[in-house]
Amino acid sequence: MRDVAIVSFSQLPSVKAIDATDEPELVQPVTSDAMKQVGLTQDDIGFTCSGSTDYLPGRPFSFVAAVDGLKATPPIRESHVEMDGAFALYEAWVRLMHGDIDTALVFSFGKSSLGSVPDILNLQNDPYYVQPLGLDSISAAALQAQAMIDAGKATERDFAEVVARSRKSAIDNPNAHIKGELSVDEMLEEPYISSPLRKSFCPPVSDSAAAVVLAVGDRAKELVKRPAWIRGIDHRTEPHALGQRDLTTSPSSALAAEKAGLGHGSVDLAELHAPFAHQEIILREAMGLGGDVNINPSGGALSANSLMTAGLIRFGEVASRILSGGARRALAHTTNGVCLQHNLVAILEGE
Amino acid sequence: MSEILSAPYVLEYTYTRSTGPVVGRFLESLRYEVLEGVKTADGRVLCPPLEYDEAGEPTTDEFVQLRPSGTVKTWSWVPKPRKGHPFDRPFAWALIQIDGADNAMVHAVDAGKAKRMRTGMRVRLRWADEKHGTIRDIACFEPIASYLPSPVHLEYDVNPGKHYSAYLRGLQEGKLIGGRDPVAGKVYVPPRGADPMTGNPTNDYVEVPDVGVLTTFTIIRIPFEGQKLKPPYCFGAIVLDGADSPIYHLISGVPHDEIRMGMRVKAKWKPQDEWETSLENILYFEPTGEPDASFDSYREHL
Repeated sequence: MRDVAIVSFSQLPSVKAIDATDEPELVQPVTSDAMKQVGLTQDDIGFTCSGSTDYLPGRPFSFVAAVDGLKATPPIRESHVEMDGAFALYEAWVRLMHGDIDTALVFSFGKSSLGSVPDILNLQNDPYYVQPLGLDSISAAALQAQAMIDAGKATERDFAEVVARSRKSAIDNPNAHIKGELSVDEMLEEPYISSPLRKSFCPPVSDSAAAVVLAVGDRAKELVKRPAWIRGIDHRTEPHALGQRDLTTSPSSALAAEKAGLGHGSVDLAELHAPFAHQEIILREAMGLGGDVNINPSGGALSANSLMTAGLIRFGEVASRILSGGARRALAHTTNGVCLQHNLVAILEGE
Repeated sequence: MSEILSAPYVLEYTYTRSTGPVVGRFLESLRYEVLEGVKTADGRVLCPPLEYDEAGEPTTDEFVQLRPSGTVKTWSWVPKPRKGHPFDRPFAWALIQIDGADNAMVHAVDAGKAKRMRTGMRVRLRWADEKHGTIRDIACFEPIASYLPSPVHLEYDVNPGKHYSAYLRGLQEGKLIGGRDPVAGKVYVPPRGADPMTGNPTNDYVEVPDVGVLTTFTIIRIPFEGQKLKPPYCFGAIVLDGADSPIYHLISGVPHDEIRMGMRVKAKWKPQDEWETSLENILYFEPTGEPDASFDSYREHL
């Protein structure tokens, strides 16, 4: 195994709508900034990989257009996943294991403002049994939240407290979309969208883009003083059908955390990709993250949620804190799919 | 004005999907209102059926017919449905474990109100009127009540007896009739067979006026089965002038916060051509506007 580190991270502030940009225009500022931070250009990059979904802009093969934001002459090694950029990072990590290249650029973009995200995400559902019913992503998450309540694992007040803490943490994050001091009692007065989920228990829908540069071994040490080493990374998936899972637990994130090496030492902080408040509670329990771990100091996906980017931003937020010396060992997590179906966990560490 | 141009845009794909032997058989059966599950290699039943179970094992080709009912495992109430939802009125999403199945199905529950939803509730399948061989051939599920309607209906001829007949006949003519104890002199409205204080027969009928004193009252604010009026309304005890027992009737024509004990009230009658042998000939009692009766004047009638 080669040692791979995140050496730089760039993101666009998450906002309701970035009107003035198409895909290349979204991508170019973050990829160029991430490379510039470590003095690289596209010519120095061994492999480029992106994560996005074409259903957000409603433009088939929009990820191909995004390559225009890169310099692809002479031709570059490039790949794309129809998932969050964090899964592109995982592919890049695997690619770096081949041993022939030492650097990778990973990016993702989420222009969520163009369509109706809860309805678009119905396309994740089983096309025979669920999609024809029109199960939007908020309602699917609500089935999971109610199951949490029924199992006695959480109350609506617990959900509100997760939101209050997240959006308070986001005050210090210039890239967060929704932030501020929220009253738990006031949140509990909001009407239901899909019970037991109220507006504040759901993530905002944001536009953003993000990029990271990965480098191997000595190359990473040349580029930065304190690389954010990926000590372990693992992606696990559960059955697709909601009716065949215990929605109140997350065995995939538990296993991914174990395989990534969470148990080999303590972590200072964890950036969990939990778009809905109750999902943070599920993830913490599954991975055994106790009260000593600082959860989502950035504010998490409840404070900024550009689709297909929010997961890569979790990795970037963790890496930034290690690169700056603010954290020693930390966990980055990303989910995709309905009700935490996929979970990717990495343990990052400074020297 | 924004420099950025914007226009509505619709993305549609007219794809078709092949269904295969497992999903295809299930969906085809729905056309005939038959609900089937598939057996797994380890003997469990999946509904909706899948080609593979969650352990990755191929399911068998053995199908079992299931009762079109099940149990809600989790649910979410949607007060304002979205465009793509199966209903345009409030409804619930639910994971429903079909009776005899080991997994659960995502579908909608048409429960009318959120209060009827709870995890563990029993639901029955409602078929769509038109079938197309899709999951929407199941229109939705609906709550199964754990009770059954059990009405009682018996028919009688009612005979109110001699004294009450005299009272009711009086009402038909717009008169209020009481019965007097010839010894003690007490007047009971309506008349009864005997003075309960003395045991004397009250065979003397006397007419009393439709004016009296409101001795006590209550304001009804809660709804109940068989209620004829919409709450809130006031019901009171009225001792008519010259009577020694109260009749009970609605108090109206006055704001509720002005109703008080001792208030002088008078009957408001229906039009004469609607009079029957019934106290309903009087719509209600309303204030006369006279000074209130003193407490001592009616204290023995409370």
